[in-house]
Amino acid sequence: MTDNQIITPVIVHLFTAILQLVFWRKTVTQRILSITGCLIGFALSLNLFTKVLQGGILTMNAANWQPPFGIVFVADLLSSTLVLLTSVSALAVCIFSATGIARSRMLYGYFPIFHFLVMGLNGAFLTGDIFNQYVWFEVIIIASFVLLTLGGRKAQLEGAVKYMALNILASTFFLTGIALLYGITGTLNMADLSQKVPLVKDQSMVNLISVFFLTGFGIKAAVFPLYFWLPSSYHTPPSAVAAIFGGLLTKVGLYALFRFFTLVIVPDNTIRIILMGMAVLTILTGAFGAIIKNNIRRLFSYLIVCHIGFIIGGLGTYSKVAFAGAIFYLIHDIMVKTNMFLIAGLIRQLRGTMDMDRLGGLYAGYPKISLLIAIVLFSLTGVPPLSGFWPKILLFSAAFDTSNYAFIGSLVLGSFITLYVVARMWSKVFWKSAPEDPPPANNFDLLSPLKKTSLVLPVCILASSSLFIGLNAEFIARVADTISNEMIDTTPYIKAVLGK
Amino acid sequence: MELLLIFLIGILYAAGIYLMLRRSMVRLLLGIMLLGNGCNLLIFLLGNITKGKPPVIAEHAKTFTDIYADPVPQALILTAIVISFGLTSFAIVLLKRVYLLVNTDDLDGLNTPEEEDL
Repeated sequence: MTDNQIITPVIVHLFTAILQLVFWRKTVTQRILSITGCLIGFALSLNLFTKVLQGGILTMNAANWQPPFGIVFVADLLSSTLVLLTSVSALAVCIFSATGIARSRMLYGYFPIFHFLVMGLNGAFLTGDIFNQYVWFEVIIIASFVLLTLGGRKAQLEGAVKYMALNILASTFFLTGIALLYGITGTLNMADLSQKVPLVKDQSMVNLISVFFLTGFGIKAAVFPLYFWLPSSYHTPPSAVAAIFGGLLTKVGLYALFRFFTLVIVPDNTIRIILMGMAVLTILTGAFGAIIKNNIRRLFSYLIVCHIGFIIGGLGTYSKVAFAGAIFYLIHDIMVKTNMFLIAGLIRQLRGTMDMDRLGGLYAGYPKISLLIAIVLFSLTGVPPLSGFWPKILLFSAAFDTSNYAFIGSLVLGSFITLYVVARMWSKVFWKSAPEDPPPANNFDLLSPLKKTSLVLPVCILASSSLFIGLNAEFIARVADTISNEMIDTTPYIKAVLGK
Repeated sequence: MELLLIFLIGILYAAGIYLMLRRSMVRLLLGIMLLGNGCNLLIFLLGNITKGKPPVIAEHAKTFTDIYADPVPQALILTAIVISFGLTSFAIVLLKRVYLLVNTDDLDGLNTPEEEDL
């Protein structure tokens, strides 16, 4: 069904950003505009989500060019779920930014760039054209470059060089893949590609293209041999920026992998084995990396890598249950990972440091905030009945169905190490008494109540979303199940786009 | 013509990847540029080069009867060129700033432990 409302989550962020450019030096106006824009964006994406949930796939032909010739935007349940999650994260992060970002950074256009980034994310989730997806990816990376370097401290710029080099390389691989795909099929529309790729005579060429896309998206999603840029850059920007990066940027790579390897190309056994191997090694390296880190944010960066392995494993298993598990995990992961970095920022506001050796005594000083954080940490480790628990059941049962013991082993080990790392962090940051020398700095108590709220409220929003996902698991499982059905049987998608 | 382009693209990709693997910032930059250009040429090549056959349907015909030059790759390349122009200019400014801060061209020198995170 054609519906122009699909594009509204993209447009609202575009207009917010443009409006903020008008108020370039008025940071208070920018903050108000930003929060309003994110609220409207949330309402629109919630509307889109309910529409798609009830009425099925929606499409929009840009400038009314008929597919497969024009660019088409498609909102199936996977896209609209991710757009909804993006808008929740964006809302939380922009409220946090109002206090968490220094005014000097706002004067150089922090908020407009932030909205351009969210616009790019929404666009990448909603497009049904593979070259258009490349363009949205470029919108995302150029905005993320600016957010990463804004402020210009040495560590930040050094992190940005690694981030920039690998992301440009990833885009080039992606574009090469598109060029080859266009060369053998003559189309860029994903639904049309899905019909034309099986007809290609030389299927080894299709495998080659799969590897190009796997490398390109793999770098963006930070999977095993390609993840090194992530831990060496995510600890450098301000926490609000790290939160949107950690929560969403790697996930857009994962989304692209899922979309590509279920709709456009159905991977053969070789690609599935490669995906599986990547998943296992991603879980292991991420988990072991997290053990040795003493800085909270570096630790979280490695946990991102570890948990991306869980989701890639779901794709590699390639069964309905595995997809449902992976999608459920993705939904849970976006909320929790965004929140983790906001918590890191909150801890820094409370104590002036993120080094676990110099932290301590937070539970004695701030019991309410600590309990709030505890909910998030429990969700992350997957204590039942919170949100991390349910997808793991699905992933385990999918792995047992296919007798994939390497994946089961790494899932167990990955979950166990996550638990260990989080427990160690809890005891070091919250239970251990604060070190006497030097006395802990505290910016938080000096802030006005409004500013305090704007730091704690986003953590509350995301924590309650995590609680909602955990306690309302039946609903989320049904959504994940519908999405996995859409992935296994792509005919409704193709029919919605091409009309046949 | 096609054979020539194939060799050219191969050389651009190989040189680009090789330069990106070096430790020098300037070579990283040159590598990014060469790789981007190689990629643009690849899109051009895979759109099947046709000479002197514009994609215009003849006056008395309803559809194309002859082979024609595909206009889509040119639109794609145009987009890709603009994007790579933006990315390259950002990369130049970033690497210059880093060079002024670190005073070395060596990418392995970019490992100063951060004093304190923000």
